[in-house]
Amino acid sequence: MNSNTQETPFRGEGGSTLFDKIWDAHVVSTVENGPTQLYIDRHFCHEVTSPQAFNGLRERGLKVFRPELTTLTADHNTPTIHQDQPVQDPISRNQLDTFAKNANDFNMPLFYPLGHIKNGVVHIIGPENGFTHPGATIVCGDSHTSTHGAFGAIAFGIGTSEVEMVLATQCVLQSRAKTMRITFNGKLGTGVNAKDLALYMISKLTTGGATGYFVEYAGEAIRNMSMEERMTVCNLSIEMGARGGLIAPDQTTFDYVNGREFAPKGEEWDRKLAYWKTLKTDEGAKFDKELVFDAADIQPMITYGTNPGMGMGITESIPTLESIDEAGRISYQKSLEYMGFEAGEKLEGKTIDYVFLGSCTNGRIEDFRVFANYVKGKKKAHNVTAWLVPGSWMVEKQIREEGLYDILTEAGFDLRQPGCSACLAMNDDKVPAGKYAVSTSNRNFEGRQGPGARTILAGPLVAAAAAVTGKITDPRN
Amino acid sequence: MEKFIKLTSTVVPLPIENVDTDQIIPARFLKATDKNGFGDNLFADWRYNKDGSPKADFVLNNSLYSGSILVAGKNFGSGSSREHAAWAIDGYGFKVVVSSFFADIFQNNALNNGVLPVVVSAEFLAEIFTSVNVDAKLTLTIDLENQTVTNNATGKSVTFVINTYKKECLLNGLDDIDYLLSKKDLIEAYEQTII
Repeated sequence: MNSNTQETPFRGEGGSTLFDKIWDAHVVSTVENGPTQLYIDRHFCHEVTSPQAFNGLRERGLKVFRPELTTLTADHNTPTIHQDQPVQDPISRNQLDTFAKNANDFNMPLFYPLGHIKNGVVHIIGPENGFTHPGATIVCGDSHTSTHGAFGAIAFGIGTSEVEMVLATQCVLQSRAKTMRITFNGKLGTGVNAKDLALYMISKLTTGGATGYFVEYAGEAIRNMSMEERMTVCNLSIEMGARGGLIAPDQTTFDYVNGREFAPKGEEWDRKLAYWKTLKTDEGAKFDKELVFDAADIQPMITYGTNPGMGMGITESIPTLESIDEAGRISYQKSLEYMGFEAGEKLEGKTIDYVFLGSCTNGRIEDFRVFANYVKGKKKAHNVTAWLVPGSWMVEKQIREEGLYDILTEAGFDLRQPGCSACLAMNDDKVPAGKYAVSTSNRNFEGRQGPGARTILAGPLVAAAAAVTGKITDPRN
Repeated sequence: MEKFIKLTSTVVPLPIENVDTDQIIPARFLKATDKNGFGDNLFADWRYNKDGSPKADFVLNNSLYSGSILVAGKNFGSGSSREHAAWAIDGYGFKVVVSSFFADIFQNNALNNGVLPVVVSAEFLAEIFTSVNVDAKLTLTIDLENQTVTNNATGKSVTFVINTYKKECLLNGLDDIDYLLSKKDLIEAYEQTII
């Protein structure tokens, strides 16, 4: 349902897009002149956006319809130190206790509370445990659910009323999105990664530029990416307003899924794999919008403002006021004032105070490899407070097994315990007012990382360079 | 859900673009386990100083402006999917948000809580801001049945788009769960077809 976008998507002639194929396979019914009743294959749930949904079930006297299709993990409102001890903040503790009570009262078999070996950030534990499959419909009361689109799934964030709908009926009512394809031709340069590609794209489209669309990412630069990198790109789809993003599954996808605990096995694997191999956009299928970028044009990116669309190459200057549309100038000035930056200035060399490596955007093993590889043999800058937060216990274990932990500690860094942490600062991981944080998370909104905190979004490599120099630094130098 | 049919009200102007849900309700207020009380923290970081005193220059603290219609710059409600943003808007007493563009998830969340998002052209939005600058007691009339919004200062009326199903839901105070629960047989039949 979206009255911004009333055009009927073009389909049929010339073939179907990947989005169309998955959507059509999940339609239970269509409301006359209204939305589609869409069946949901996998529902993820966390402690912050679900309590009111469970309350709603109680008020209506309903059970959870398919409890085995919902995976629950506590991540948003959890501490990243001393997780073995009782949570200090009584209101947070109550929210976590309520989550446990709901999981218990409604007999939810896949519940991973704080301290559980499978606990972690919802969009990290889903794929790594094999809950995320190609061709699936996936929802969660969290806008970064778009992450799972990396597997060739229709994955999108929903509100709490819709969480209640999924718990009660395993369906949501959604209008069909328009389709967009964004193709990245060529290869990314040295020192440029998936986060840079995504921030570049969002800076071109703006924070509302893909609203109403489901975006398929294609092209050589996307095909060359690992699953971790693809997840980073799809994760950020929402930051340009898209309902979601997706990438056609290929051998990289199948190899990642195969063998994971909740992935199909044996004969079921063979049957599903045969289906998954059909999941690609037909040649000649028409999208409502097509964009093409050259991957070689992308340099390491940083943001300078208070939404993720306000990004630039690390060597570039903040746009001048004159270059901004008149209707947007008040907001633009307000944004730069908040950040303490001047229009037209360069940010390279600017002193920073905090570095955050983590979140559903960049809290995976590959992000820690990139960071550790850069800081190896160097030392953390004295002026920097660094929070390195693995996305899950599985990531944490891998960091230790691969020897990254030793590299990080030798360079003066330490690891915190898994959770969303400073990405949204619901817990104590808050950047103080006025301080600058180079953050691998997804949002640089005012106050996102703490009241008055100033966020500069970047990839793990730019974050590593900032952590050892104490300044905004081009990691290619 | 409350019914929505027609409303004439003064407005609260917020001519800021890309108002994200972290501004509507900051994350630190999301720890509640019910839907109550979010209105008190609507726009908390723009509305209150650190010590909790109101910031004089923010529109919700300006006694010139009041009413149950919020008029905001384009791309209202971007970012997080938190329905708490809709609960905060509703809890404060807004029944309508007028903008030239809404983020998708916020728009759904608003509708699911009986708050009507009204999309108007950038020009019509600019005219509303101009009218309310001239006279803070400007009223708008929102008529859901006829899908019109009227600027009562200029007399200009334009139509807005809403899908028929959602319109019926709002006019009758029905929600999506009632509808989906009535389709349980279709859901079970669908499940038999999954490979």
